[in-house]
Amino acid sequence: MTEAQTISGADPHYNYGYLDEQTKRMVRRALLKAVAIPGYQVPFGSREMPLARGWGTGGIQITAALVGPADCLKVIDQGADDTTNAVSIRNFFARVTGGRTTQKTAEATIIQTRHRIPEKPLRADQILVYQVPQPEPLRKLEPSEVETRNMHAWEEYGLMQVRLYEDIARFGHVATTYAYPVMVNERYIASPTPIPKFDNPKMDMMPALQLFGAGREKRVYAIPPFTRVRSLDFEDHPFTVQSWDKPCEICGSRLSYLDEVIVDDHGARIFVCSDTDYCEDRRADAASLGEGA
Amino acid sequence: MDMSIYSQAMTPEPLLQVQDMSRYYGERVGCRAVTFQLWPGEILGIVGESGSGKSTLLRCLAALDQPTDGQIQFADDGQWLDVPALPEPKRRALMRRAWGIVHQNPRDGLRMGVSAGGNIGERLMDAGERNYGQIRRVARDWLARVEIDPDRIDDLPQHFSGGMQQRLQIARVLVSEPRLVFMDEPTGGLDVSVQAKLLDLLRALVRDMGIAAVIVTHDLAVARLLTDRLMVMKDGVVIEQGLTDQVLDDPQHAYTQLLTSAVLV
Repeated sequence: MTEAQTISGADPHYNYGYLDEQTKRMVRRALLKAVAIPGYQVPFGSREMPLARGWGTGGIQITAALVGPADCLKVIDQGADDTTNAVSIRNFFARVTGGRTTQKTAEATIIQTRHRIPEKPLRADQILVYQVPQPEPLRKLEPSEVETRNMHAWEEYGLMQVRLYEDIARFGHVATTYAYPVMVNERYIASPTPIPKFDNPKMDMMPALQLFGAGREKRVYAIPPFTRVRSLDFEDHPFTVQSWDKPCEICGSRLSYLDEVIVDDHGARIFVCSDTDYCEDRRADAASLGEGA
Repeated sequence: MDMSIYSQAMTPEPLLQVQDMSRYYGERVGCRAVTFQLWPGEILGIVGESGSGKSTLLRCLAALDQPTDGQIQFADDGQWLDVPALPEPKRRALMRRAWGIVHQNPRDGLRMGVSAGGNIGERLMDAGERNYGQIRRVARDWLARVEIDPDRIDDLPQHFSGGMQQRLQIARVLVSEPRLVFMDEPTGGLDVSVQAKLLDLLRALVRDMGIAAVIVTHDLAVARLLTDRLMVMKDGVVIEQGLTDQVLDDPQHAYTQLLTSAVLV
């Protein structure tokens, strides 16, 4: 596709978006199937990327297959836009597409993420791409791939409930705090990847398309817009999310997911928003309000 | 008079029908032309020396293996199911709902990394139970029924003795109230006093719940205590079958005579 290669700013040594066009088609075909069967893991021919597997190659391949000249890309790692992995992946796409990138959730059309869903609600014209280390939610319970596929096929999900049972029996509550299993569209149990369970409710009926890529495990899956996503629980031990006693130390938010940060050698710690864009926005708003008054 | 036993005796249909079932391993015979019927609430023993085809037969009955020839039918809601031809989802559903398998080695039947309560609760959760308190109540109740201290509900099976593990396995299988249970040497590897207790327990539970069972054993004492009817196998063929007392007290076939005279029962 020579047309795309001529886009200004793109490194002419690479095809647009790094992957060759046939590979992008292959990934898109897998994604179409994934969207058609919400929560079902679709195998795909995962390629070598200029990044070690396990560092987000699944998400990168999905983004590469989707990104176009009109797109604006945001990459987050643990909620932050300025961590090494996020910066590297953003720079990578800036180089191979010459396209726009941003740190603003509202401006982005594609958001590639590891570990978080942005605090700002996503819109229908946005796509959220997750980097997935382990797509199989049943893997820790059942080591056989053949068996887990059968379990999905026949909807035999009692074992997943046993895992939650064991948590409550041991700790008095479900101690799983990340990769908390969800039921997608009342059919397939899927892993929401290592996002904190705090973010699980955001997946339910989200207007944006959610795509999941596991490069090492060679699987993609999807949650189409406005799909029911239910976190598993017991009637008498309903699903709950984390909460904090204190607001964010920087912006004062009580609604966002907070990271614990150690600030000196004596163990002093503060809690701050993990979503850096959200935190900055709130401070900017507060500052402009202050000026207005 | 116990009316539940009375109504079972009047059940007109057998639960399991086996007609001329054979399983060959190439040229070799696993078992050949086995025919029998099993009624609800009845306990059938299969005895014979090792290599006589007992386990092959049991594996075919439980749909873990495909017979080469013949028919196996299971009565499910007034319908005859062709067991070897069951589609995979149906077979798995049956396995969870109507059938149970008690393995000789409890490690094959238990999840060793899951607590006793979780092991018992799994079948309930498979069936859609989503109330933690209810699962706990049932699990405690079943631990008591198999004579394990209910306070050990959160202990892992690997911290249990062999006899306790076997009793836990039985609780895990019977909790879903199956109609048919397959047992492969359920008392194998346990010392004699533990065996006796386990047999007592099994007999009481199976009688109480009206479960039909097929028990494979090489131990005639087990057969005597537990079973209503007995099939004696040798070289893959059923050489004698009848009421347990009849077969053991008045054996007709030379091999059965040898078998019964070899031990005191």
